[in-house]
Amino acid sequence: MAVTVAPGPAAVPRRPTRNTARRFSPGRAVAWTYLGAIVLVTLFPFYWILRTALSNNYQLATNPSSPLPVGFTWGAFERVLGIASTAEAQAQGGSGATLDIAIYLRNSLIYASVQTALIVLLSAAAAYAFSRLHWRGRDLVFNILISALMVPSVFTLLPNFVLAKDLGLINTFAGLILPGGLFQAFALFFLRQFMLGLSTEVEEAAIIDGAGPLRIFFRIILPMTSAPIATVSLLMFVNAWNDYFWPLLIADDQSVQPLTLALGVFKQSSPQAAPDWAGLMAAALIAALPMLLLFLAFGKRIVNSIGFSGLK
Amino acid sequence: MVVTSQGNHATPVKPRSGEPGAVATTVTSPGRGPTRKARRATATRSAAARRRDLPVALLLILPAVVGFAVFYAYPTLRGIYLSFTDFHVLSPPNWVGLANFRELFGDDVFWHSLLVTVYFVLLSVVFGTAISLVTAVVLHRVTRSSVLRGVILLPFLISNVIAALVWQWMLDPTLGIVNIALKHLTGHSVLFFGSGGWAIPSLAAISVWKWMGYYALLIFAGLQTIPATIYEAGRVDGASEAQMFRRLTVPLLRPILVMVVVLTVINSFQVFDIVQVTTEGGPANASNVLQMYIYRKAFRQFDFGYAATMSLALFALLIAVTFTQLRLARAGESDLN
Repeated sequence: MAVTVAPGPAAVPRRPTRNTARRFSPGRAVAWTYLGAIVLVTLFPFYWILRTALSNNYQLATNPSSPLPVGFTWGAFERVLGIASTAEAQAQGGSGATLDIAIYLRNSLIYASVQTALIVLLSAAAAYAFSRLHWRGRDLVFNILISALMVPSVFTLLPNFVLAKDLGLINTFAGLILPGGLFQAFALFFLRQFMLGLSTEVEEAAIIDGAGPLRIFFRIILPMTSAPIATVSLLMFVNAWNDYFWPLLIADDQSVQPLTLALGVFKQSSPQAAPDWAGLMAAALIAALPMLLLFLAFGKRIVNSIGFSGLK
Repeated sequence: MVVTSQGNHATPVKPRSGEPGAVATTVTSPGRGPTRKARRATATRSAAARRRDLPVALLLILPAVVGFAVFYAYPTLRGIYLSFTDFHVLSPPNWVGLANFRELFGDDVFWHSLLVTVYFVLLSVVFGTAISLVTAVVLHRVTRSSVLRGVILLPFLISNVIAALVWQWMLDPTLGIVNIALKHLTGHSVLFFGSGGWAIPSLAAISVWKWMGYYALLIFAGLQTIPATIYEAGRVDGASEAQMFRRLTVPLLRPILVMVVVLTVINSFQVFDIVQVTTEGGPANASNVLQMYIYRKAFRQFDFGYAATMSLALFALLIAVTFTQLRLARAGESDLN
């Protein structure tokens, strides 16, 4: 890639060097110092989670500023995962409360993946109908649906809770998943926008061959849309995985609560005056791990898709 | 299958015009000459397709329409209705007319909440946008590293709950690393979440930390659309870096910046998770943001009617703010066009 970045006018080199990118200038030094500070502030809390999670909760108080784990132990993870006995946990400064992490993890996985799969498939199907098929009233219906973008979640949360209650969906996965899983204005808008830009030639060829709209959708449009579908899937998954408010309203039973709620539960069971910070950080790390792994696997795609989703 | 492999473009930047030759051969069943049929098909395509498309289209949009009707449209109307009622969940709502709205106007806690929320929004927007903009510009000028861009995005990927927890731990008055450092440097520590003056700035800082990378990447993508020749021209005219930033970068980025500001405003007005995890609105209502107050009214005092009224007020406020912003910023226009 050609480096088009040029240093500021102040940095006109006395001796021309070959590698312009490495050329020193005060502006460049300031820029890198700034970036260094940003990276430090971004990453430090992540390190601090790890450092605290590997510390002994009692000894944390004696040496709170140590950059390394204080009294290194896996105890916090054992407490959270319920491997340690209550007595052991309390001896380490825990409340004795454990987090049945397997259940919360399962719930988070079900919630985030089912909702993502559902919304992406349904949005793609609807986007296809709104972009490639021709029918009367198409744009009107689309504009009505897209008006949902204007309604902030704060406004639908309470009535949706009442509705879920009326429908008997409290403490069910259906109640957790359906409100956000059938329709998301953003996903529909985003995928339609992409499909509008696809060339019609391929489709026409398929029509000539006698392929019906459904066949065209599954065999031609869907494969051609795989990149934006991946983008939407990632964004939807991150959203659902991190969702807190809706699960808080809809799920007060452990059997359906996702990890985000589990952290709150764990925190509340820990004494106010002397919280089990090591345990909390261990739990936070476990809750964040799937996202961090996803990021390791798809980091570049996620990074590129953010810009893409913004430009539309 | 050729069709499938065609779909795997690596970059989602622009819809690629399909290569008709390749696909046509795969979909065409062997032994059929498309030419005559093609001519007839193109002639009658629109009319025939329209008739054939409608039922399929209705089938395909059905789930989305149901989802919209059941979970967006109906709740919106019902929310408006409930705001005119006295509703405590267990018994059916009673129509009380404007009573909730009258209560709203006399409710000091509500106005305080509004003030606190606006304060939070202002801090988040000003600092969030400024830091994201500077970060994006600096990144764009000195490096193309996607690793670095990935690193700043990390906080966006974790939940608000985790972000709030780790910052509450780092800002802890006695054991928190930030306070230990502060005490070292200034001699005293700060009750970040325990003092009225610091609660909202602390929450805003967490929010900025969480969203900065995301917004920086949006702005970064906008920067990539600005042609380098514009800067070259500026340089030829003898403009300094600061001048080019002010006269070229910022005006050309206006549509993206407006989007970032609008998104930040909409998100910040609805802040809840980080408040619920850290201060729960305290101390003494100092961080009782609107969303928190609504939640407490509805789920602690079960006053759903009044909570709905406050939601409606917040909704109206959001619409007004967003429209004003778009108006003021002439969002649709870019100086590039």
